[in-house]
Amino acid sequence: MGTMPDGTQGVSTHGTVQLDDGIVPDPSLPPTSVDESVRDSADRTWTPAKIALWAAIALLGGIAWFMLAIIRGETVNAIWFVFASVCTYLIGYRFYSKVIERYLLKPNDRRATPAEYKADGKDYVRTDRNVLFGHHFAAIAGAGPLVGPVIAAQMGYLPGTIWIIIGVVLAGAVQDYLVLFFSMRRGGRSLGQMAREELGVIGGTAALVATLLIMVIIVAILALVVVNALGESPWGVFSVGMTIPIALFMGVYLRFIRPGKVMEVSLIGFVLLMAAIIGGGAVAGTEWGAAFFHLDKVTIAWGLIIYGFIAAILPVWLLLAPRDYLSTFVKIGVIVMLALAIIVVRPEITVPAFSEYAGRDNGPVFSGTLFPFLFVTIACGALSGFHALIASGTTPKLIEKERQTRLIGYGGMLMESFVAIMALVAAISIDRGIYFAMNAPVALTGGTVETAAAWVNSLGLSGVNITAGDLAQTAKDVGEQSIVSRSGGAPTLAVGLAHIMQQFIGGTAMMAFWYHFAIMFEALFILTAVDAGTRVARFMLQDSIGNFVPKFKEHSRRPGAWLCTAIMVAAWGAVLIMGVTDPLGGINTLFPLFGIANQLLAAIALSVCLAIAAKRTAAKYLWVVAAPLAFAAVVTITASFYKIFSPVPAVGYFANNAAFAKALADGKTSFGTAKTQAAMEAVVRNTMIQGWLSIIFVVLSIIVIITAVMATIKALRNTAAGLPNAEHEDPARASRVFAPAGFVPTAAERNLATEWNQVPAGERLEKSGHH
Amino acid sequence: MKAVLAGFRGFVGYVGGVLGADAYKKYLEHHEASGHTSPPLTEREFWRDRTDRQDTNPQGRCC
Repeated sequence: MGTMPDGTQGVSTHGTVQLDDGIVPDPSLPPTSVDESVRDSADRTWTPAKIALWAAIALLGGIAWFMLAIIRGETVNAIWFVFASVCTYLIGYRFYSKVIERYLLKPNDRRATPAEYKADGKDYVRTDRNVLFGHHFAAIAGAGPLVGPVIAAQMGYLPGTIWIIIGVVLAGAVQDYLVLFFSMRRGGRSLGQMAREELGVIGGTAALVATLLIMVIIVAILALVVVNALGESPWGVFSVGMTIPIALFMGVYLRFIRPGKVMEVSLIGFVLLMAAIIGGGAVAGTEWGAAFFHLDKVTIAWGLIIYGFIAAILPVWLLLAPRDYLSTFVKIGVIVMLALAIIVVRPEITVPAFSEYAGRDNGPVFSGTLFPFLFVTIACGALSGFHALIASGTTPKLIEKERQTRLIGYGGMLMESFVAIMALVAAISIDRGIYFAMNAPVALTGGTVETAAAWVNSLGLSGVNITAGDLAQTAKDVGEQSIVSRSGGAPTLAVGLAHIMQQFIGGTAMMAFWYHFAIMFEALFILTAVDAGTRVARFMLQDSIGNFVPKFKEHSRRPGAWLCTAIMVAAWGAVLIMGVTDPLGGINTLFPLFGIANQLLAAIALSVCLAIAAKRTAAKYLWVVAAPLAFAAVVTITASFYKIFSPVPAVGYFANNAAFAKALADGKTSFGTAKTQAAMEAVVRNTMIQGWLSIIFVVLSIIVIITAVMATIKALRNTAAGLPNAEHEDPARASRVFAPAGFVPTAAERNLATEWNQVPAGERLEKSGHH
Repeated sequence: MKAVLAGFRGFVGYVGGVLGADAYKKYLEHHEASGHTSPPLTEREFWRDRTDRQDTNPQGRCC
């Protein structure tokens, strides 16, 4: 079918791996892997039914893309987004990920995974593939894919849709798959350790420092999203605030009352969470409640900073672990519900494929041109560097069989991309006028419904005509005092979700509940990310300082731990306060920095993968890694250069800095969006810091990429000269278990599983699986 | 009815697996299979140890 390029050669290389893998299996056990030739022939046999199925998928996907990209009607139905994405994912999964498997990674099921040869019943535990898929997905999916696409919707739906779907197939899922596989082959080593091994001291250190800084930025901007969602929202503040006592209660329950009853406590927590949302409406309705929980953004930001410090030094069992359960529980529920709602409701989308801002660089939601800023804005849903930290963390220690990495790594990321598509659909299902009124900074909208409506109507956007009444009514429907300038993506998504969900369950009376439900789960994800991110960053800092002051390496030493936690919290807290007080509207200037940071981390992860891949595959297949790396590198380096060198003040940090510094020197008391001299000084300070951060990021990343390219060239030269390359994989050991690779076992896998089921449990070293 | 119940049980089991609710069960299985002679940790000790180890070995969550 032309799906496997250079087929014959693939078979022979694969065959050799199979025969000469140096693994001596236990002769008393059935085979631990499906016979290579049987799998191959099943893969390559195209029955009429199979051909018809894939033709139907391709046809449906093609029609959906045609509806989205070519047909220019008044509206487009949301169901086409679902078909276009799902059909493309299926094709990418069935064909492209198999190319990667066959020519690049060459997994070998005869080989034991770390979960088998390092099994300890605690960290290294063989886990059923479908359970691990859910587990890995819950670990990688967070607020990022929900927020980025919403902000990117400024340019119309099509650029974002194309990048989310195509980007994940060719870049994001590839990165996750490769990192997961390489980490698994190395006993579950972290990305930082792999960078050190493969890239040497300079590349490894640059990767480590970049990772640390990037984490700080990502935590800060996620926190900014929460602050923007909760500012001046008594209902939101109350219900999100209540998650803290709920989590504490769950923690105590699990530790002292009924240890290990995770499902039970999660259900209790979920019920309490619902009560907190409903109760929040009642509390915000009272006079004292509205007064007490009505907090401005600066106060919330300080609250979050103090919270972040305390949460990161509290023991894990008290706050982090229980909230993790809650957030995973809610995550699965929300995503299933949102998918169902979109399929059932099928909202009509009136947003144009390309908006007026697609060709400009001065959009009110985020500034900069489509290339490269759209790509860095969407970030998580298409390619997320952060996933490399997860894929080289817990997941590789839980994998049962090597071939399952394709389902978990590649497939898991496709799921996340689907979440991003649904977030995009939810955001564009609301009126475009409301979208811009919600997402533009106060400096533009003026902050009131009248000024916001007048400003939106003055933009000259086709089909947009809103009244102050529309904005007031929407705010009233969702139970907020105002929805004007609620930038950050989360409130817009919440309005979109409420808009769809109320058609599915409950009608307009339920809109306020759905809105605050959405705000709640986004805040829940972000608070967990803030807490965990601070902890990880603190450990990285402690280890780094520990190289000079050995005492810092003792993680349990209180003074060192607290000092390093304080440093990390101060670092992200400073960026957060900068964003909150920024007269330009923090999201508009800072969100690109978030995206750049995330994509640079992806470039670092792909660099490490390229260096590893060069040692184990023919040069002609390296494009699988090199292409997404080149794209990520070009996008992020270009974006960084715009941010550093652009003469347009809205885009370039230093241009902005110069403009405000000049205005101050001229003795002006207000300039652009800054209305006071203090605000002008804040802009000068902020832009200087943001500018230097951009410089540091891009320099570190370029160092990593260059060292990786050098390592790659060296590896290829060694191979050409017939010299061995340094191998950092753990030695191969014979596996003693068998499990299918995909969701649904193939016929050959079923036969083999039957054979295994007849082996008495005592003859295996360990029982297979827990089911 | 039986099928519905079985389906529901399967779903609960799946969600429990994703949350990690079956960690102790798997630990016991491992303990038994690897032929340790020492008695396994009790459920309370196991969960304590599990969260306490996370204190010194934090895992990031995604954005």
